[in-house]
Order: sequence, then structure tokens, then C-alpha cells
Amino acid sequence: MDSQIKGVSTGTTILAVTFNGGVIIGSDSRASIGGYYVSSKTINKLIQVHDRIFCCIAGSLADAQAVTKAAKFQISFHSIQMESPPLVKAAASVLKELCYNNKEELQAGFITAGWDRKKGPQVYTVALGGMLLSQPFTIGGSGSTYIYGYADAKYKPDMSKEECLQFATNALALAMGRDNVSGGVAHLVVITEEGVEHVVIPGDKLPKFHNE
Amino acid sequence: MALSNVLQIPTSGFNFENVAINVALESLLEGGHTKTPKPMKTGTTIAGLVCKEGVVLGADTRATSGEVVADKMCAKIHYISPNIYCCGAGTAADTEKTTDLLSSNLTIFSMNSGRNPRVVMAVNILQDMLFRCTGASLILGGVDCNGNHLYTVGPYGSIDNVPYLAMGSGDLAALGILEDRFKPNMEMEEAKELVRDAIHSGIMSDLDSGNNIDICVITKQGVDYIRPYQESEYKDKRQKRYKYGPGTTSILTEKIVPLDLEVVQETVQRMDTA
Repeated sequence: MDSQIKGVSTGTTILAVTFNGGVIIGSDSRASIGGYYVSSKTINKLIQVHDRIFCCIAGSLADAQAVTKAAKFQISFHSIQMESPPLVKAAASVLKELCYNNKEELQAGFITAGWDRKKGPQVYTVALGGMLLSQPFTIGGSGSTYIYGYADAKYKPDMSKEECLQFATNALALAMGRDNVSGGVAHLVVITEEGVEHVVIPGDKLPKFHNE
Repeated sequence: MALSNVLQIPTSGFNFENVAINVALESLLEGGHTKTPKPMKTGTTIAGLVCKEGVVLGADTRATSGEVVADKMCAKIHYISPNIYCCGAGTAADTEKTTDLLSSNLTIFSMNSGRNPRVVMAVNILQDMLFRCTGASLILGGVDCNGNHLYTVGPYGSIDNVPYLAMGSGDLAALGILEDRFKPNMEMEEAKELVRDAIHSGIMSDLDSGNNIDICVITKQGVDYIRPYQESEYKDKRQKRYKYGPGTTSILTEKIVPLDLEVVQETVQRMDTA
């Protein structure tokens, strides 16, 4: 699928997991062209669309950046009109509308995660064609195929922040270890009511699993 | 957002015009019964890096049209604003016009707002213009109130903020040199030498890059556009004069045929000069 994307693509691993009191959103940092050339080792795939709402991108980098630009503007405008921070669902809906209405042309998928006062921590998936789903945790991108088993087996609802960080780090490390178009560093963002915390784990500090 | 924008911002949020243009171009240049010339491409090596005092951009100067070198001293480093310059790789027409448009936009913005443009603003406008455009890949570098910046605008319109960069057909060769010797916060002379070496490597390893090397140094104090920084070591020296003097070709016979033309219709249009 990734080889059909023209231009720079984020063949990628992205994930978002809710825990007790917040949500962790994470990704790798590799951008590739045609599955054979790494055009960036340090691309940012975690885009802040509002104070407590992040989204991570997969697919064509140009399309994803264009969509998040438009979404950032619309969410910001919506928040000013409502005179209150936007709901995570609203942000996810904005992305969904953009993806669905332009589905013939665009090739980008998103995971939106954040915290709002109404429902607390939430995770939404916006797939390629514009499907919107709410889930307690979700994984995406080409590298996600290698960690469905791990994620299903190891996820527990209501984890603590440390447990959740470990879960997300392990999942990313496993996916990056098997998927050739995922790699670089692991970016993690912890979103809670109090604020937003970035964690960056360089490739050599990631947990190792039988790396002979 | 520019206070007075020459570009029209599409109301739907996306501008897919470039997709139609790309399809039309492909069908025009491929099967067509007329042999349309290939668009003038700057098969190119361009590079840039951020150093302690500013940003150094470099480029080769060869423009190719198919297998022929169309321009031996082509300028690939384009002026955007007094503190921002842009190197372009890809279809020469695309890079020229895009950078021209951007430069005009930013000048109008400067006049209206009374502020110098920031590099991040230039990059955002470029991204909007080049969404889905395959013709141009750009390296944008500049110094503004927030520091020294280097951005890449890739094919189809993706952007990335990086400390060093090479693009064009000679990018892999140039990137090898940059990856080996780049260090953060380099001194100016060392940085210029590194960019020169990177472009030189691209020129040596890529057939479509060549001739001279241009360097553009942007600092808070101003811009030093050194064109050329280094002339080609392989400039050929003409052995003879290749001009043909009058009388070189002898005339064997001459025949003059007067053409009888009669005036069929005569119209006079007076110009209104006020």
C-alpha cells in the first residue's frame, strides 16, 4: 500500500492508548520514498491541533500535512466561536470530514487523541476513506500489523501512567524492529488534564527483544 | 496569513488543480503526435546547512533539457526576501515562478504589516502553492527573529525542518558528504567548505549536475551571494576561432525571381494618442 503513495510517505507505526487520567499518543520518526529511501530520520508525526488534542499521521506526508493544517485552523476557529476548548470528538470529526469529502484524492489516515472536560481521555481513529471510530486504544500504519497480537494481549483498561508508557514503548519498539519503513526515534506524548509531556526515546535506548 | 494575498485561498480548503495539470502534462508529452520538448529540468545538486551565524545554501549551475546542457550558468538560488533565499530543483519553470510568486507575496505582506517575513511563513505559503505539484523540490533557508532555519519542501508538497539537507538528482552523493562532516554550530568558513564539498560531490557523481558552484550565505548582518563560488575545473579552452568569415562558402550560381504581388486590401487603424 505504501509503495503506491507518490512522493514522501510515512510508512509508519502510530498508536494511542488511554490510561487512568490521560492518554498516550506515540509514533516512530521515519519518512520514506518508495519503500527504499529514508528521506527523513526525524520527521514529526505527532501534530498538536489544540492545547490538549494531538493527532498522528500515516500515509502520504504531503496530504497529511495539508489536512492537519486545514484541521488546525478549523478547530481553532471552532474553539473561538464556542469560547471553550474543543472536544476531542470535534477535532476527530473535522479530520473525518476532510478525509471523507476528498477521499478520491487524499491518501492519509490519522489517530486523534486527547483530553477534554466532558469525557476525559479519548482515542479516535480516522481511516483512509473517512471512517471515524472511538476506541480505548488503537494502532495504525504499516508497522501496526506486527503488533496486533502484542497490543491485544498486553492492553489493560485503567493502567497507570508508567504502565501505559511501558506498553506504548514496547509496542513501538517491536513494530520498528520488524517493519522496514518504521524506525528512527520513538516519540511519545502524554496528555492529561494538567498538561502535555513529550518523551523522546532514541533508537538505541529502546527496549530490545532478541536482537541478535 | 498574508494580509494582502496575491494567491486566492481556496474555499474548500484543498486545491487539487495541480493534479489536473499533471495529468494533462503527461498525456501531452507522452503519446502525442508532435514532438514536444521536455520541460527544462534543472537536474541538480542543491544543499543547505544551518551553522552558528546563519544559513549556508549551495547549488550547481547546470540546467539540462534532455541530454543537452541548456544553461551552463543557471542561477538556482532564488531571492525570496532580504533574509530568505530558496534553492530549487526540478522543472525550472516551476521553481522560477513559484519562488517569484512567493517573493511578491512576502513583499506585499512586509509592506502591509511593517514586519520582516519569517521563514516559517514562507514555507507555509510554499506548501499551499506546491500541494500535489511534482515539478519542484525546494530548499528554503533564512534568518529571522526566531533564529536560523532550513526547510525542505518535497515533491507533492510535504515540508520538514532540518539542520542540513541536499536535494535534486545529485542529492545522495551530496548527502553522504554532509552526513559525514556535519556538526551543529559550525563556524562560517568550515560550513562554506562543507557545502562546497557536498555540491562538488554531486557534480562528480551525477551527470545532470555540473559546471560551477554557487554559494549563498545568510546571516543576521546580511546576505553574501557568491556567484560563482568556484568555477568548474573542467572548463574547456577553445582551440580555435569557430566563426566563419564572409566568403567561406563559395557561391556557384545565382538566380533572382521577382514575386508579383498586388495589393488586395488596405486597412488603416488610427492610434488614439492623447
